[in-house]
Amino acid sequence: MELILALLIGITTASAVFLLLRGHTFPIVLGLWLLGYAVNIFLFVSGGLTEGSAPLVEQGLEILPDPLPQALVLTAIVIGFGMSAFLIVLALRALGDLGDDGVDGGEK
Amino acid sequence: MLYLLVSIPFIGALLVYPATERLRLPPSLVAGLMALSALVLLLFIGFPVYSGAVLLSRAEWIPQIGLSFSFRLDGLGLLFAELILGIGVLVVLYARYYLTELEAGPRFYAFLLLFMGAMLGLVLSENLLLMMVFWELTSLASFLLIGFRRHTSEARQGARLALFVTGGGGFALLAAVLIMGQIVGSYELSDVLASGRLVADHHLYPLVLVLFLIGVGTKSAQFPFHFWLPHAMAAPTPVSAYLHSATMVKAGIFLLGRFFPVLAGSELWFYMVSGMGLSTLLLGAYLALFQHDLKGLLAYSTISHLGLITLLFGLGTPLGEIAAIFHVINHAVFKASLFMAAGIIDHESGTRDMRKLNGLFKYMPHTAALAMVAAAAMAGVPLLNGFLSKEMFFGETLVLKWLVEAQWHWLFPMAATVAGIFAVAYSLRFIHDVFFNGEPVNLPKTPHEPPRWMKVPVEVLVVLCIGVGVFPNFTVRPLLESAAAAVLQQPLPEFSLSIWHGFNTPLVMSLVAMGGGAILYSGRKWLFRAHDRIPFQISGKQWAESLVESIFQLGEMVDRLLDSRSLRRYSFFLLAIVVAAGAVSLWGESFPAAKALTPVTIPVVIGGLLLGAGSIATAVWHGKRLLAVIMLSIVGLMTALLFAYFSAPDLAMTQLLVEIASVILVLLAMYFLPQLTPPESSRIRLARDITLGVIAGIGVAILSYSMLVQPLDSISSYYLSQSKPGGGGTNVVNVILVDFRGFDTLGEVTVLGIAAVGIVAMIGGLKIWGPEKDWLGRSWAGDRHPVLLTTVSKLILPFALIVSAYLFLRGHNYPGGGFIAGLVTGVALTLQYIASGSDRARQRLPWDNLKLVGAGILIATGTGLGSWVFGFPFLTTTFAYVTLPIVGKFEIASAMLFDLGVYLAVVGTVLLILAGMGGLHQREENV
Repeated sequence: MELILALLIGITTASAVFLLLRGHTFPIVLGLWLLGYAVNIFLFVSGGLTEGSAPLVEQGLEILPDPLPQALVLTAIVIGFGMSAFLIVLALRALGDLGDDGVDGGEK
Repeated sequence: MLYLLVSIPFIGALLVYPATERLRLPPSLVAGLMALSALVLLLFIGFPVYSGAVLLSRAEWIPQIGLSFSFRLDGLGLLFAELILGIGVLVVLYARYYLTELEAGPRFYAFLLLFMGAMLGLVLSENLLLMMVFWELTSLASFLLIGFRRHTSEARQGARLALFVTGGGGFALLAAVLIMGQIVGSYELSDVLASGRLVADHHLYPLVLVLFLIGVGTKSAQFPFHFWLPHAMAAPTPVSAYLHSATMVKAGIFLLGRFFPVLAGSELWFYMVSGMGLSTLLLGAYLALFQHDLKGLLAYSTISHLGLITLLFGLGTPLGEIAAIFHVINHAVFKASLFMAAGIIDHESGTRDMRKLNGLFKYMPHTAALAMVAAAAMAGVPLLNGFLSKEMFFGETLVLKWLVEAQWHWLFPMAATVAGIFAVAYSLRFIHDVFFNGEPVNLPKTPHEPPRWMKVPVEVLVVLCIGVGVFPNFTVRPLLESAAAAVLQQPLPEFSLSIWHGFNTPLVMSLVAMGGGAILYSGRKWLFRAHDRIPFQISGKQWAESLVESIFQLGEMVDRLLDSRSLRRYSFFLLAIVVAAGAVSLWGESFPAAKALTPVTIPVVIGGLLLGAGSIATAVWHGKRLLAVIMLSIVGLMTALLFAYFSAPDLAMTQLLVEIASVILVLLAMYFLPQLTPPESSRIRLARDITLGVIAGIGVAILSYSMLVQPLDSISSYYLSQSKPGGGGTNVVNVILVDFRGFDTLGEVTVLGIAAVGIVAMIGGLKIWGPEKDWLGRSWAGDRHPVLLTTVSKLILPFALIVSAYLFLRGHNYPGGGFIAGLVTGVALTLQYIASGSDRARQRLPWDNLKLVGAGILIATGTGLGSWVFGFPFLTTTFAYVTLPIVGKFEIASAMLFDLGVYLAVVGTVLLILAGMGGLHQREENV
């Protein structure tokens, strides 16, 4: 199981890095988004893999997952949304003001 | 009391503006009263200092780095504080008449008080780091004052030059102070002074001394850093009278006195300090004679006198120190009055050029008399204060304990006499050239006496010149003794202050100086011609400006080297460096599995396959943008399922909702963006990027795997055990968010709000139009608001709101909470916007989303501040239990109010972002 998750994080990161290096705004936004997933999963699994439970005390659950990475990732997801939105609007603004969605001013 | 004393000028600087505007008081009155009250307070609390007491006040500021708010009033500080405040009061009075209220205004007096406060803080600081803070503050305040006439380029250049030189010196001084503090082990002045020869015997002593002298020399305009002072004469004359006689330029001198017991007494000190002083003394005196600008003459004479004081400190003899301090007082008094007189002449005749100013005596006899007395004091004429200290100076140059054997011990008395000759000559020029010597030439105005009160400050200072000159023992001796004792830190030697010491060598030197000065002045025409023929004039100003210029050029060069103006290249290098750094630290490490691996299950395999395939597909198909977004949302959904599978219901919910909001957002944006990405990269580039991506992926995978197989040692058991008793909730994730780590959450919500505000700002004024058809050439659907969607969305809204309220209320104990409920509400309301168009939605949801975000953050912060009212730290929570039908027993916690703030901020942000994007479409529709 650990190996599967490590591979997933690696594959997602690889795709994200490739997208980050593209020359237009939209793939870069996709790349950052994908990187966000990879980082969130990484952070989340740092608390260990607990199946079929929930971080609720006094509910008769025997094994509890680590709540701290969960709390961190929860806010990270919401902030990631804010940042993606910011980037998308930035891309729109760049397109509107410059008439081009390349990131290097038309350089190929 | 010392705190009050130091803060009075700063309070005054803050008060000048409101007092002038609200109470219609003249700013000069406010400033004058402030300075006067500080002076009275100083005289009152300073009384015991005359008998040798040292007043100390101490409060911690940043104890970790040794910085404390501690002040000290000893003899030396008292002397300088009296000069700063006393002359400050006179300068304010003088400025009242010199500057029109329109020109001066509250800005001028605020700067002046700021400077006064900075100087006062500097001379009264007990903590060395605090002293440095005030030191820099004086540089900044003097920059503002010198550049006060900001519409003239000389003022701007002069101010910049002064800041450049003194600010640069400040760095050196800071370094010296830091090293000194490290050697002594304390930044408190008392400890440093008590350390004896510790610093002087340390192997870093030469470095400390050089850095220290650079700081002192730049501030006190010592050769070779003197060149900024004449250019600072672009300041209004009251500023010159204040900064360049008594305060700013004496700050360096003050430090020489302050650290005399610590640093002095070595051969190095003698050569460096007296050498610097001697060259400054001669150069300043020589150049002063050749200035045609009245203030220029005074500026170079100031440089020369500062050199004299420095030289006296450099000699290192106890009597020399007494003479130095004595001359500090005398120079401040006569030079301030001379600057003021020069200002009067400028003010009433319209020029400061001595080639035009002649024969003013018959136009302004009163002013002339005052200026002549002050100038005579500057020349060192008997019965005036300048004579006494100059006589002591001449005497000290004759008894040099260091140079007795050296064959050039005659150098000092010789140089002193030459400087004396020049001082007499330029003083004569000031008197004769301006007030006599024929008739004025082409004056812009007919000169006349200034207003009565404008002369009062000059009169006070001139009376002091005479009073000190005739009755030194009554007027100045107590002050001098306490200050000298503070400098020397040992019992004072016998010294006599009197006009007549008998016919001795110093008197002969004085007489030679006066005679020589008169002869030199009478031959001035020939001298001026000779001086003009000197082919090269070294301009420190040009040198400094070209240095600044070359620093800028260097910066541009480095910038050109590093900045390729290509985001792709930046990204590549950044990512490559990160990957390389990771590879280097992972290289050769092995990560044996330290615990039993979790068995593989079928759902994880299926989900993992989908997630991985989705990621790769997003990358491969990024050119077809719609397809790429669909692939990306598969990854998002699988991530949500992964969270759910591995026991994180809160995360799964959040991820799902964010996924919905994101997809809406991207679809809204994609309408405007090109729908296809053109093939853009060469094969080499593609191969390079794929390689980097794969390496990064492998690295991260290894890292993740090695992390996952380590035994878990978490701090979370604390949260698990304290969640219920400490936070009152059973959903530990939520309790962490709103209670344990509430401060983090507050920051995160604020970041979210800032992102929303930025988005609103970028959307405003955005001019962008979508294409007519999609990329396959099909027209868009004609029905913009389908009836079905409009109807369904209206039905859904109340249910969605109930669900979000339910999620919010139970969030403390079961999965849910402010973030999740906020997202549900936000998405539900966004649906309204989509279904009925943002114009109609806005009619039905009439609140301002920006204010909603602000209210949310305010409520969250307010909850945190609320705990202060009850005497608990920021964001402490409390709770009680309530039972409601249906929802069941839940608890009302103050954390809930905090969560409400989070909720509102999230709703507002989601709406701002999505409705803002929707507004773009609406605009297009309305056109």
